[in-house]
Amino acid sequence: MVETLQNLHLGFSIALTPSVLLYAFAGCVIGTLVGMLPGVGPLAGISLLLPATFGLNATTAIVLLAGIYYGAMYGGSTTSILMRIPGEAASVMTCIDGYEMTKKGRAGPALAIAAVGSYIAGTLSVVGLMFLAPPLASFALRFGPPEYSALLILGLLVLAYMSSGSMPKALVMAALGLLLGMIGIDTMTGFFRFHYGLVELGDGIGVVPVAVGLFGISEILLTAGQPVPPAVHKPRLRELLPSRQEWRDSAAPIGRGTILGFLIGIIPGSAHIISSFVSYALERRLSKRPERFGHGAVEGVAGPESANNSATSGAFVPMLALGVPSGPIPAVMMAAMMVHGISPGPLLIKQQPELFWGFIASMYVGNVVLLILNLPLVGLFVNLLRIPYPFLYPAILAFCVLGVYAVNQSVVDIWIMTAMGALGYLLRKFDFETAPIVLGLVLAPMLEMSFRQSLAMSSGSYAIFFNRPIAATMLFVAVALMLLSLRPLISRGKDWRRSVGLEEKRALREENP
Amino acid sequence: MFTSDRIAGSALVLLAVVTAWETRRLPLGTLHNPGPAYMPLLLALILGSLGLVVALRGGGSPALGALRWPEAGHAVAILAGCAFAALTLERLGYRLTVFVVLAFLLGFVERKRPAVVAAVALGLSFSSYFLFSNLLRVPLPRGPWGL
Repeated sequence: MVETLQNLHLGFSIALTPSVLLYAFAGCVIGTLVGMLPGVGPLAGISLLLPATFGLNATTAIVLLAGIYYGAMYGGSTTSILMRIPGEAASVMTCIDGYEMTKKGRAGPALAIAAVGSYIAGTLSVVGLMFLAPPLASFALRFGPPEYSALLILGLLVLAYMSSGSMPKALVMAALGLLLGMIGIDTMTGFFRFHYGLVELGDGIGVVPVAVGLFGISEILLTAGQPVPPAVHKPRLRELLPSRQEWRDSAAPIGRGTILGFLIGIIPGSAHIISSFVSYALERRLSKRPERFGHGAVEGVAGPESANNSATSGAFVPMLALGVPSGPIPAVMMAAMMVHGISPGPLLIKQQPELFWGFIASMYVGNVVLLILNLPLVGLFVNLLRIPYPFLYPAILAFCVLGVYAVNQSVVDIWIMTAMGALGYLLRKFDFETAPIVLGLVLAPMLEMSFRQSLAMSSGSYAIFFNRPIAATMLFVAVALMLLSLRPLISRGKDWRRSVGLEEKRALREENP
Repeated sequence: MFTSDRIAGSALVLLAVVTAWETRRLPLGTLHNPGPAYMPLLLALILGSLGLVVALRGGGSPALGALRWPEAGHAVAILAGCAFAALTLERLGYRLTVFVVLAFLLGFVERKRPAVVAAVALGLSFSSYFLFSNLLRVPLPRGPWGL
């Protein structure tokens, strides 16, 4: 405990230096704007700004990118509440009751509850990250190639199991991502696989063009031809204060959302999205008057908004402690750290304490910055939404081209982005999720390397995966998940995910394409 | 009946077959000592199997004809803009390429007034270059006349 506090002191001494503070502030502002703009989610936002961090040192770069991530979580709620347009996918559930509150003239309190809930959840989940990541990293030092193989297989299966659509569809997307990750030079033998004469593919397909294509470009393709968004409600500062009853109704959902979001954040998957769906379902189930949900219940705003912010910090736990990203956004963050010569994993906390603790402290600072930014400046940010989409999307497209090219100075990446944009558009039309592709792409080289190293260690015996207790336990859980998921496949019965609200995502997406 | 899942599943099976065929050029290795083709072939088999499951279970998904494509025209134009950027970025430079892409999307696709198109395309291409290249030191290609 004393050691943690000393480390935190070290972290604050770094986070409160003017340059780091400035980048945390810039990240929060950019993230808020990214979260508000339909078509630029946190993943595309982080990917696009990655080249701009090349000139920064590792700490400021990661602080800036993390600021964009949790800034986007805050920003997404504003458009959901005021316009019923989720700026990013995690805010979809906030649309339901947030917009109903706006229609009843309670937009200000909805925004205030979302901001305060996000602040509390964000701050408390950083405490969780601070206490959980170091012991987990110490434990992970026992991991060898078989344990990493088992962990990566488990991660992909959990991602598929937690997805909102059908599990075979999520798994097939993960397999596609893993297959894309096979392109490039095989590090163990030097064979150049699936290159078709393109030398640029030697290092494989980059995560940035794939992420920007699948998320940013496909969103533009789906949205550009749609009708003009509805008029924007602009609340005044004095309208922001919630009533005493609204505070009372929100307190417990904020607490539950914080814990739930953090726990879901640690599990692989699109944690921030899933957590908001599960939180909404939980609040509706626990409510004494569930009929109010969908008609402006403040709990329907407080719970999901707290949960998605809490999940943001939770998602950093496996990334920082194990070096294994739990979703596409931590995967891009990990790529950003690698660009700066840092390998996230069990040794990070010991070898780079100033980076780890500076990052933790900057998250506390970032949450305060966001609370200050979000409420008084909401009227200012809303003006951005007044830019007609026919002007907005060409500008976003130009930034996509710029950001993707700048990472490797390669036009091949722009071709990959274009192809992935078209693929993402078609997949979303056919109701497939694209997040498993990105995660599969990132995990593929790790999985192949650890798998082949394991076999080399055991002279080709597969028993190595079952003789070691940690690897065997993880594989057992993976098999159990597979069997559980087969049940609805065979019986066509009711899936557990329907009961926690994950099925609602599809319904809402259809309503709000 | 041609449903969306049946079509998508069949396309994935086809992709898996093509990938498996492509791995023949690489050494497969053995079960106990996998070569560079081992993992891609294994993944192609998994992809094909899951694609088959999606196709077989896809009877209840929406019919292909029921899918609506109102934004398809815009989508094709935007993808053409991306392809143009990939072809010309290193030949024409960032500013000229982005200017042409923006002018095409705003003027041809969105039918905005020429003066507005020129002002937005010129302003955005030059200001984004200044922000990223000059201030943030991100190297961006220059074209003819140093543009």
